[in-house]
Amino acid sequence: MEVLLDIFASANFWAAAVRIATPLIFGVLGALLCERAGVLNLGIEGIFVAGAMAGWIAVYLGAGLWGGVLVAALAGAAFGLLHALLTVILGLSQHVSGIGITLLATSVSYFTYRTALPSVTSPPRITPFQPVAIPGLSDLPFIGPALFAQTPLSWLAFALVALLAFVLYRTPLGLAIRAVGDNPGAVEAQGLSVRALRIGAVVAGSALMALGGAFLTLSAFDAFFFGMVNGRGWICIALVVFASWQPGKALLGALLFGAFDAFQIRLQAEIGQIVPGQVFLMLPYLLSILALVLVARRADYPRALLQPWFKGQRH
Amino acid sequence: MGGRTTAGLAGRAGQSGEHDKGATLANRQAEIVLSLQGITKRFGPLVANDGLDLTLHRGEILALLGENGAGKTTLMNILFGHYVQDEGSVRVADQILPPGSPGAALAAGVGMVHQHFALAENLSGLDNIRLGTEPLMRLGASRAARRKIERIIAESGLEVDLDRRVAALTVGEKQRVEILKALYRDVRVLILDEPTAVLTPQEAEGLFTVLRRLAANGLGVIFISHKLGEVLAVSHRIAVLRAGRKAGELLTAQADRRAIADLMVGKAVAEVRRSAPTPGKALVEFRKVSLARGVARAPLTDASFTLRRGEIVGIAGVSGNGQAAIAALLSGLAVPSSGQVLLDGTPITSANPRALVAAGVARMPEDRQHDGVVGTMSIADNIALEEVRGKPFARFGLLDRKAMRARANAAIAAYDIRCPGSDTEARLLSGGNAQKLILARVLEREPRLILANQPTRGLDIGAQSEIHRRLIAARDRGAAVLVISEDLDELFALADRLLVVHAGQVSDAGPSAALDRGSVGLLMAGQSITAPLGVPA
Repeated sequence: MEVLLDIFASANFWAAAVRIATPLIFGVLGALLCERAGVLNLGIEGIFVAGAMAGWIAVYLGAGLWGGVLVAALAGAAFGLLHALLTVILGLSQHVSGIGITLLATSVSYFTYRTALPSVTSPPRITPFQPVAIPGLSDLPFIGPALFAQTPLSWLAFALVALLAFVLYRTPLGLAIRAVGDNPGAVEAQGLSVRALRIGAVVAGSALMALGGAFLTLSAFDAFFFGMVNGRGWICIALVVFASWQPGKALLGALLFGAFDAFQIRLQAEIGQIVPGQVFLMLPYLLSILALVLVARRADYPRALLQPWFKGQRH
Repeated sequence: MGGRTTAGLAGRAGQSGEHDKGATLANRQAEIVLSLQGITKRFGPLVANDGLDLTLHRGEILALLGENGAGKTTLMNILFGHYVQDEGSVRVADQILPPGSPGAALAAGVGMVHQHFALAENLSGLDNIRLGTEPLMRLGASRAARRKIERIIAESGLEVDLDRRVAALTVGEKQRVEILKALYRDVRVLILDEPTAVLTPQEAEGLFTVLRRLAANGLGVIFISHKLGEVLAVSHRIAVLRAGRKAGELLTAQADRRAIADLMVGKAVAEVRRSAPTPGKALVEFRKVSLARGVARAPLTDASFTLRRGEIVGIAGVSGNGQAAIAALLSGLAVPSSGQVLLDGTPITSANPRALVAAGVARMPEDRQHDGVVGTMSIADNIALEEVRGKPFARFGLLDRKAMRARANAAIAAYDIRCPGSDTEARLLSGGNAQKLILARVLEREPRLILANQPTRGLDIGAQSEIHRRLIAARDRGAAVLVISEDLDELFALADRLLVVHAGQVSDAGPSAALDRGSVGLLMAGQSITAPLGVPA
């Protein structure tokens, strides 16, 4: 019991939770945006890898850190555009296309890395983002020190949650995105372009996913490793359902997962001699499944999710 | 959007909605707001519209009447830009609309109320109406929008809760949101595609009142329907389509019911005559039967009624009020959660369709293409489907193809099933012919009970009267017939006695001869006809 209290009382723990949550926040926002428009994007796992690789290599080749972030977003957007062409224009299966994108983006990233750096044995390092303190927030008791340890990309992730929520719920554009994921026929009948909205949402959403990858190489670590994304994309797909497609709940879900993960690392250190380490690694995923079972039964899916739309088709 | 006004709604709100034939004639001289010229549309080998011309005047309600598949909806989808025509042009006021652009149609002042509502159910009514009317990149300020919509509601009488999610609205309210969507954009032409298909008679009457008021204020209305009665009640002018062509056009005031029916079908329709029933003893008895939700889409609660031999009983009600539960119980797809269903005095205790078929129950399912026939199997296979386990279609566990084909050929001749031959796949049959195939299959066994669920939905008048004749003949032979239908005209034509379902409750409305549409409509809406004094409830 005392062990648990020690863990929860440490600023270090909360800082780690936020750090682990940050890439998930980017990813879940991106997946949420795609799915709100009616397109499932299982390319997310590969787009994470592409974002991580593209952002890192841009910085390694001399771009600034923010330049790297931009390059990562563009790489994500490019794969998003491909997914949109396949699923929105051609109306192919979103599952098949998405998994194809994941395989493609992962392979292309590894291939590029290997070709660009043929002879390295240990991964070269860059200087990553450093923590910045936001005056006021960082002075708060208890959570202040946790926030003090965060880099600008974490702050960007929080800001994007608010921005996406604002766009979705407070602008005509968001209205159209929410409508196109529910009933594209309604959107067309109001004179808007279903294709343009969906392509736009998938491209922007994929760019967000890539930022999650870029966070790994430009902020959490300082190098690119094979396998470093390690299922984070898939977790985001589950978190979207957990969040009922709402940005606020998506943030909550990502933070919860981050907290679980940070917790298991610390718990492992405390009582690792008694229980095998693999059990701790399983813990966050197990809890995700449990949370999903509880929440997803009542999930209010966007009604047009997975359904391609063809103009002029007889319905 | 130019300097157009809301079709002068503001000044004349609250004006009487009376149908004024004098105004109709004046409207004939009014300006033309819409003209379609030489519209042709093909879907593969099918010509859905074949060189159609149509004009609409200001303040006019034009009914577009025709059988299913006559091309009404296709024509309107071209007008609104959902489809791109192969030939012909659409002219609104003085400008030719670019084909295939709903945005352009809306901008020119054409609005459409879709049969399957074009509404996002996760949004509020207000948001559905606003959708697409504001620049996407602007930050939202819906106060002006709300004010304008509230004004239109006040003027038109289209009451609806703007802040409620559309998913939570009733069908009638959703339709009002659809109409408001169009009016919000100041349309001068409003298309309504089969607007009454989902409404109770009272709701339909309310809609007609609104339409008359809007037309009186200068809006041009196109009203698509295949129901003659309501077309005669609401329109000024009628254009009849048949097989993609215009079969005729006439003023409603001078129209004759019979002549229009003939125009729709293209040949003289024989009227179906129903002799007085001679009901025998009870065959089916429902005793306080309940069926929980889940088995059927809507639950059934404490239903008690009797079906007798030699009697046609109709079940009236808006779809989704318990009809599916009754059908499931009588088809052997479900057993009651509580209460008893008795067939010839014996309770049905297990969900066993085959036992029911063997006991003489004939089933005509609601979704005939999906539940009634196996599309990829031949007519012969489908004819034999319910009896393949023994004679005459199987011997020693092997199918007797010859017997199946012989029965199929006999059925094709006797029931006038139009097809190339008994080997034709059932999915290639039109709706009417598929229904005749099902009829042939079930009637051949001389059933004691016939469950006809929406027997003529979507069928043309010819096939409809043929099916009605067959059902009446089966009754005269002594069968009990239960007809479930959303079409009151059909129920009054067929049924000797009417039951009404509402929210899972079944009420006996009595002999159909003593009923009128209004009182049945009230029961369908869940209100009881006032019981005579002194009769305990």
